[in-house]
Amino acid sequence: MGNDARTPDVAASADFKEVQATEQFKELRKRHRSFVFPMAIAFLLWYFAYIILAAYAVDFMSTKVWGNINIGIIMGLLQFVTTFAITSWYVSYSNKRLDPIAAGIRHGIEGHEFDRTGAGATGSATGGAAK
Amino acid sequence: MINIPAAVDVAALKDTTLLNMGIFGLFVAVTMVIVLRASRNNKTAADYYAAGRSFTGSQNGTAIAGDYLSAASFLGITGAIAINGYDGFMYSIGFLVAWLVALLLVAELLRNTGKFTMADVLSFRLKQRPVRIAAAISTLAVCFFYLLAQMAGAGALISLLLGISDWGGQALVIIVVGALMIMYVLIGGMKGTTWVQIIKAILLIAGAAVMTLWVLAIYGFNLSSLLGAAVDTANNPAVLNPGLQYGKTEASKLDFMSLGLALVLGTAALPHVLMRFYTVPTAKEARKSVVWSIWLIGLFYLFTLVLGYGAAALVGADTIKAAPGGVNSAAPLLAFYLGGPLLLGFISAVAFATILAVVAGLTITAAASFAHDIYASVISKGKADADTEVKVARRTVVVIGILAILGGILANGQNVAFLVALAFAVAASANLPTIIYSLFWRRFTTQGAIWSMYGGLGSAILLIVFSPVVSGSATSMIQGANFAIFPLSNPGIVSIPLAFFLGWLGTVLDKQREDTVKQAEMEVRSLTGVGAEKAAEH
Repeated sequence: MGNDARTPDVAASADFKEVQATEQFKELRKRHRSFVFPMAIAFLLWYFAYIILAAYAVDFMSTKVWGNINIGIIMGLLQFVTTFAITSWYVSYSNKRLDPIAAGIRHGIEGHEFDRTGAGATGSATGGAAK
Repeated sequence: MINIPAAVDVAALKDTTLLNMGIFGLFVAVTMVIVLRASRNNKTAADYYAAGRSFTGSQNGTAIAGDYLSAASFLGITGAIAINGYDGFMYSIGFLVAWLVALLLVAELLRNTGKFTMADVLSFRLKQRPVRIAAAISTLAVCFFYLLAQMAGAGALISLLLGISDWGGQALVIIVVGALMIMYVLIGGMKGTTWVQIIKAILLIAGAAVMTLWVLAIYGFNLSSLLGAAVDTANNPAVLNPGLQYGKTEASKLDFMSLGLALVLGTAALPHVLMRFYTVPTAKEARKSVVWSIWLIGLFYLFTLVLGYGAAALVGADTIKAAPGGVNSAAPLLAFYLGGPLLLGFISAVAFATILAVVAGLTITAAASFAHDIYASVISKGKADADTEVKVARRTVVVIGILAILGGILANGQNVAFLVALAFAVAASANLPTIIYSLFWRRFTTQGAIWSMYGGLGSAILLIVFSPVVSGSATSMIQGANFAIFPLSNPGIVSIPLAFFLGWLGTVLDKQREDTVKQAEMEVRSLTGVGAEKAAEH
């Protein structure tokens, strides 16, 4: 695809398969997935548990806890709380555990550390130090 | 404020029409000036579609909130809670929790791989033409459903302000309002509409905050007494419990599940929301935008709980249903009850700007998708220059606008939040499986994408056509006919799993393998942001 929105493409000469095979990149992917997948499963389970209760456990959800406030309303508000909490957690995790390693790989690619060897096809004039 | 009058006199609204419309007109004029100013430097395609990628994370986050908090959120949810009690609150929760899918799984990765549209990402490592066409078609379909809901909301709002209650008059209102909105988009482009989104998001949240505090003040800042008052007015303690709307039969309970599924999975697949991630310069700013919007949207949805039960307690469900605009008029009527014509004028203007801005965002997305994905890449095979592309985009705006107006007239009277939930279901069915698979599943192939997108889109739309939404019930689009063979009004519970299944099936049955180099490139780009990070400098 044309990349006219981000010309010049600093990664035009990179060998992405080589990058993909590096330990650094595998570590980044592992860190990313080991956070987002369990978290996504957790909040979806919690959300669907809530919906199933609202549809099939009406009596339980209607139990009054404090004045007119029932379990349904409390659980609904708790959905807000968990959403805010997961958001904040993800941001701090990304800042600490993902961004530094991603930046390292990015600088490596931009510094032509992963250029395709002997690739004369595209952008070889600015080839730099091929690895 | 202590003595609470029995009901809002809807007829009294007519006496204040001039004042309402004055405040309203002023607001529209001001936003028009902003759009004109902002559009002066719309030069390139990147300017028109992605606002030159010049917005900061917090600006963009506010704009996302503006995009997302549509008439559905304000008019629709307030009305749904006011009339159906707890079941309406479901919308608030689903619409919010859905953002976690966008935040965790989609936003940044998408920002790093794409350019303007969803199709850019979906076709990144698959075969360009078929995937691009499928993605563009589903984008157009989702935008159409979303637009139709906004048009219906606009019609309800203006009808209430002008006191028009007959069908023909309301249809005329929708036509005029729709035409006005299309003009905005033609003139403003993405930058103009982004500014409208930002201003409107601030005004909407501020307006809702004022009304929320006002309602709470009436009840001594005691949520329990507000809920008690809602029970008293409705004369039905069940408004606080789940099931008032959806608990009647087994089918309606399933419908509730279907709605919940569509809401939570729809957001991350809405093309106009996805496109917003491209208006920021970096992935980090994209993340910041989502975080901003989650806080703003979450805050707003907390307000809707108070506003909805406030309208139920102070205005009353019967008055709301009888007013011009029906269920969608709960929020404006509550404003009228609290602050008279002045607050009504302000709130209506904000609601109108809300619709306007969302319509603008949607039509831009639809137009960009058609011009960029179908016209530029497929019809003219990449030979079209940027000027022609923008020209085609503008024509698409007109066409999609007219279609939405017609749909809006037909859907007039249905709850806007409900109508938007249909757009969510279509988006979650047609787009989400392919987005997730192509980001996370190495083996995913073109055939999988095509099966999933067309299968999801087709099944969602077919099920809607044969659902009680279109025929066979009192609020159906086509009155007097009954071909509703599908019992659920939201198709999500069938079409979303089906689309995921088809994506998997299409892939495992595909004998062709996709380009592993492209796969590597997409994975590396999506996680590291290489290439995309420099976009701000050009």
